[in-house]
Amino acid sequence: MRHLIIGAGPAGVVAAETLRQLDSSSDILLIGDESEPPYSRMAIPYLLRGRIGEEGTYLRKSARYFEERRIEILQERVSTISTDNRSVRLESGNVEAYDRLLIATGSSPTSPPIDGVDLPGVHSCWTLEDARSIAARSSSGSKVVLMGAGFIGCIILEALASCGVDLTVVELENRMVPRMMNQVSGGLIKSWCERRGVTVLTDTRVEGIASKDSQLMVSLSEGEEILADLVINATGVRPNTSFLEKSGIEVDHGILVDQNLRTTCKDIFAAGDVCQGRDFSTGDYTVQAIQPTAVEHGKVAASNMTDGQEVIHRGCLNMNILDTMGLVSTSFGAWEGIDGGQSVECSDLARFRYLDLQFDGDVLVGANALGLTEHIGVIRGLIQTRLRLGVWKERLMDNPLQLMEAYVAVAHGVSDGRKPTTSS
Amino acid sequence: MEKSLHIDADKCTGCLQCELACSFENDGVFNPSKSRIKVFEFEHGRHTVPYTCTQCAEAWCMQACPVDAIVLNLATGAKDVLSDRCVGCKVCTIACPFGTINYDKDSGKVVKCDLCGGNPACAAACPTEAITFIDSDSTGYDRMRQWAGQTGTIVSV
Ligand SMILES: Cc1cc2nc3c(=O)[nH]c(=O)nc-3n(C[C@H](O)[C@H](O)[C@H](O)COP(=O)(O)OP(=O)(O)OC[C@H]3O[C@@H](n4cnc5c(N)ncnc54)[C@H](O)[C@@H]3O)c2cc1C
Repeated sequence: MRHLIIGAGPAGVVAAETLRQLDSSSDILLIGDESEPPYSRMAIPYLLRGRIGEEGTYLRKSARYFEERRIEILQERVSTISTDNRSVRLESGNVEAYDRLLIATGSSPTSPPIDGVDLPGVHSCWTLEDARSIAARSSSGSKVVLMGAGFIGCIILEALASCGVDLTVVELENRMVPRMMNQVSGGLIKSWCERRGVTVLTDTRVEGIASKDSQLMVSLSEGEEILADLVINATGVRPNTSFLEKSGIEVDHGILVDQNLRTTCKDIFAAGDVCQGRDFSTGDYTVQAIQPTAVEHGKVAASNMTDGQEVIHRGCLNMNILDTMGLVSTSFGAWEGIDGGQSVECSDLARFRYLDLQFDGDVLVGANALGLTEHIGVIRGLIQTRLRLGVWKERLMDNPLQLMEAYVAVAHGVSDGRKPTTSS
Repeated sequence: MEKSLHIDADKCTGCLQCELACSFENDGVFNPSKSRIKVFEFEHGRHTVPYTCTQCAEAWCMQACPVDAIVLNLATGAKDVLSDRCVGCKVCTIACPFGTINYDKDSGKVVKCDLCGGNPACAAACPTEAITFIDSDSTGYDRMRQWAGQTGTIVSV
């Protein structure tokens, strides 16, 4: 059995490891087009902050890790897939055959349709190569404009701010991280950053970028213009599917898959940012583009690629944790609530603490939190086990901060003689 | 035989010796807020429940870590955080469905129970044997481990 994996990010690497764990005899070839050992994009902000060196971003630390597991790594770019011949063609012209194929090619940044996005000095922050360019231009005191205050933008913001740059953030929507945090908490993150010297322009669009002497002139929708040494584009990403155009593999936003992460072509699977997988909360198939989902997909796909190991994927919980200059925010599942659901929120605005819980009956289905980090994982536990809260539902409606007590009580059946119950 | 922490909440009196011992062992201070084991109070202290990591087989924290900073300690069976590798991204803290790996602001890293390398200070400090360190087979953690399974979208990997 020859397993071929395209893409050596977290999804591809975890799939390769899992394939090896499940079957000691198969051939495993992992093809990735970046020039470094497999690394984690998530670690890039910490590289920019100087917390780690480049090796600190590597997904696996031992130089011989893959060799020891007989996982062959090829640094090449796949240009096409031929499902008839069960093979992939590489940019070098070489051809590699597969019995089972996993597509884990991740996503790439997109650029807004404005003048000047291709100028030198305008960068995405997506790869180690990008990180090197950004580090070279973001010394203390340099002027940086960050386009996009989404999740990725905000993570980079943290790193840039700690480099001591003079930072302006421009966001199209009315708050920060609009697809992760609600109005109140997204607004609080904004004022938190402003108080720490970052200029945050929401409801604002970058209209164009032009060179001016050795700098860049960024024009904004309000007519204002700002000078910058560096412009970072964090306006969005798109799954890397263009090389699949003539393959017969069906693509919507990401690659279409079933509950086993099988694509529409036989013996071909997809995982991670490139895959439109099932969402735990909605049951819909969407691209989540987060690290935990890439890992989970990698595991599920590898099982289903192995004979006799079928695993049904019930869906990944969409969840994020973000640290913006010391303010930690989290988002889980159906944080915007569901039809017919109930919610409760509590806040201490002066201290930037906030919690919003969303329920379906007595089951927790989503949450947004600010400034709360202790035992935060139980939110995932409660949502994903669909544990019924019973009397604790009302107690949480009175005081949502009792979340951990609710969890321990329901899990251990401590209070009121209730035994833990689950529904699925 | 691998050993695990066994927690019998019925025997817990809420004296918090475990929290003090844990923080002293790991941080050199008697400070319950630093403790990796927490005692939760119910009905104004009528029930108290010590709670910490079960070193679950699924190891959600370890799987989620993007930089291989959480590793299985083969000697103890614990999942240990390697502080020098941890970048403080906190993704493990939302991935752990038990809420037992936490971000420590002071160090900028995450912390969790590592069984004190095989000699847990909490168990040694517990005066009522509510916390004991015994052969894994006989711990009451099976139920929680089952839960870990339920949280999984992955059934049998
Ligand atoms: C700065 C930054 C911070 C982030 N922070 C977080 C965070 O805090 N939490 C979180 O959950 N997520 C975060 N993410 C997102 C997370 O990194 C991604 O969800 C994750 O990398 C997805 O893994 P993947 O394996 O699917 O794809 P990738 O990691 O993108 O790996 C795919 C690989 O495939 C390669 N490839 C693509 N096409 C081809 C081809 N044709 N041939 C060969 N190779 C190919 C790519 O070059 C790449 O190396 C962050 C991302 C960035 C950029």
